[in-house]
Amino acid sequence: MWERIRVILRKELIQALREPRMRVLLFVPPLVQLIVFGFAVNLDVDHARIGWMDMDRTPLSRDLRERFEGSGRFDVVALPRDENEVQQALDSGAAQAVVRVLPQFERDIQRGHPTEVQVLVDGTNSNTASLVSSYAGEVIAEFSSDAMDGQQNMRVLARSPTGALNAAAPRVTARSRVWFNPDLYSRNYFVPGVVANIIMLVTLMLTALAIVREKEIGTMEQLMVTPVRPLELMLGKTLPFAIVGLVDLTLISTVALLIFRVPFRGSVLLLFFCSVLFLMTSLGAGLFLSTISQTQQQAMMGNFFFSMPAFMLSGFAFPIRNMPVVVQYLTYLNPLRYFMEIVRGLFLKGVGIAVLWPQMVCLAVYGVAVMGLSAARFHKKLD
Amino acid sequence: MSFRRLRAIFIKELHHITRDARSLAMALGMPVMMLLLYGYALSLDVDRVPTLVYDEDQTSDSRDLIRQFEGSRFFDVQGLVDGYQPIQRAIDRSEVLMAVVIPRDYSRNVGLGREAPVEIVVDGSDSNTASIALGYAETVVRNYSLALRTESMNRRGGQHVSPAVDARLRVWYNSSLESKNYVVPGLIAVILQIIAALLTSLTIAREWEMGTMEQLLSTPLRPVEIVIGKTMAYFLVGVADSAIALLVAIFVFQVPFRGSFLVLAVSMCLFLVGALFWGVFVSAVAKTQLAAFQMGLLSSFLPGLLLSGFVYSIETMPPIIQAITHIVPARYVVTIMKGVFLKGVGLEVLWGELGFLALYAAVIFILATRKLNQKLA
Repeated sequence: MWERIRVILRKELIQALREPRMRVLLFVPPLVQLIVFGFAVNLDVDHARIGWMDMDRTPLSRDLRERFEGSGRFDVVALPRDENEVQQALDSGAAQAVVRVLPQFERDIQRGHPTEVQVLVDGTNSNTASLVSSYAGEVIAEFSSDAMDGQQNMRVLARSPTGALNAAAPRVTARSRVWFNPDLYSRNYFVPGVVANIIMLVTLMLTALAIVREKEIGTMEQLMVTPVRPLELMLGKTLPFAIVGLVDLTLISTVALLIFRVPFRGSVLLLFFCSVLFLMTSLGAGLFLSTISQTQQQAMMGNFFFSMPAFMLSGFAFPIRNMPVVVQYLTYLNPLRYFMEIVRGLFLKGVGIAVLWPQMVCLAVYGVAVMGLSAARFHKKLD
Repeated sequence: MSFRRLRAIFIKELHHITRDARSLAMALGMPVMMLLLYGYALSLDVDRVPTLVYDEDQTSDSRDLIRQFEGSRFFDVQGLVDGYQPIQRAIDRSEVLMAVVIPRDYSRNVGLGREAPVEIVVDGSDSNTASIALGYAETVVRNYSLALRTESMNRRGGQHVSPAVDARLRVWYNSSLESKNYVVPGLIAVILQIIAALLTSLTIAREWEMGTMEQLLSTPLRPVEIVIGKTMAYFLVGVADSAIALLVAIFVFQVPFRGSFLVLAVSMCLFLVGALFWGVFVSAVAKTQLAAFQMGLLSSFLPGLLLSGFVYSIETMPPIIQAITHIVPARYVVTIMKGVFLKGVGLEVLWGELGFLALYAAVIFILATRKLNQKLA
């Protein structure tokens, strides 16, 4: 039996690697995808473009502007002079927010009157808008706090010349500690996800196409008249792509580590083991796809209908936590979801089996079920 | 070009479309299903962040601060723990994203009027959620701090003190900051691009594969007429798709629609025509339906999703990739959709995008007819 499996495996590998086009197809698109995804997928806001409308023009208002620019998070790109120009800056998207300092700003502060700074934020992209508003709020609060100290000191000083120190008022500050990704680079989050996604795309598609192609050109019948048994045929057909999948995994993980400098904190061995578990499900799904499609085109269609939702609902870009409850339950049917959690856990958090075992068990159960189901169908088809 | 021949091929293609009920149902139903599923599922909103609290201080002051977090809709305080160990465990397992640690001397510092730091531990692996959650946490602490300060100054000074400078944040266009308001219009553009490219990419490849292309060629039809006639038929399907998608966006997802319907309609039509011509071009280049399908899908799905500015802002990409986005039509239509839906702007702002869509359609049309001509010769 092993002899026969080996023969098929060799035939498949030769077939897959013989054509130069195929050789390229196996390894280049994954790399291109990784690089495009790695560079394009980014949700960071590092230099928000703001418009600065200073209606006060005093040292204090200039101080506020310096604080905005000095925070390193804002670039003043426009100086609108009136409402129309504010509107225009936001409408055209030239500025993501406009800060407006009202007239009498300095006078109000010096007299201890409450005043305000208006921040008009373009909310079109709610994600960017939240970040921009929270950064702006931070700068203004800091400024306000210092201004209050100034006011208080003046007031106390007026009463007792030595009392400046007594003016201290409590100040609660937040010290943030960010675990796993201290610089909050979104690349560190997305690149491991891309690795998981590419493995699925490559193996699912290749397996389905390899079998359906034999059906289409009629060589499946020829294989069936040989002494090869269905199980052997199936193993021989899927194993080469498991190998391709693992090679791709190694290749793109290496690129991810070298080019994108993504941290890898877990165990390499565990990554390979989990990938094998995941490959069972994606190869099984590919096999299943091949049993329900007659032509390569149908297989492609089927692949599209499976892998697009699998990708979108895996938590790759959109957190599963945010989805409606029904859809959240649906994601439990998505093998990529588990693998995504494993890959991110291994790359970023450096966790081990102690944490990841539920996902691994799910993948294993899933893999055995899908493999079993497809094997049964495959068997029946051949008989 | 003869109008009669054009009409003939248009009608022939319409028959093709209406005869195959299953494909037609798919062409009309798929975009709606995708829009409904993804429109509901894809959200980047950050609220109810699962949070743990570790209160080393255990005083009324620290409990007061915890109440601020409990009262905020952005946080879901899941419990009190005593130690970093449980925090570590919960974050490792992704059960919580954040933890607030109030150090032992917190209330003493507050009482003495000193700086009282509070530690916010956050799981940074999802950097986007983490940054937004951190921003919210800082706001909660800041507001609380400000309230404490004014209170203490008022107590001591006898004179009423209020915060010196108040940040008045006003969010324009999407005041509730819901991500669906920008995800859904962008999604429509991405979905339409995929559907349109798929619709036409298969049609010419199919004629080649079935051998009917030779028959078409033996008629007096010219390539230009074939391209336009076929595109027109699928254009009707695309318009129906767009209309349904827009209705779903406005009535089901309640995305505000502020701009001119005319501008939107014109730009959608231009976009559709460009995407359909692209499909024709792909199917003229590819030899088989299979290759056409693959090329059509790859060339529309990935760029549409990643390089259109639909979710990921173009300006944070490296310059080379930014340059590439200029030839992605979805980029322009996403800008138009967001502008018309949310900002309510019209031609005065969007003419450049509209112009590009027209240019794109024209260029692809010329390429497609050229390619077809070459193939025929």
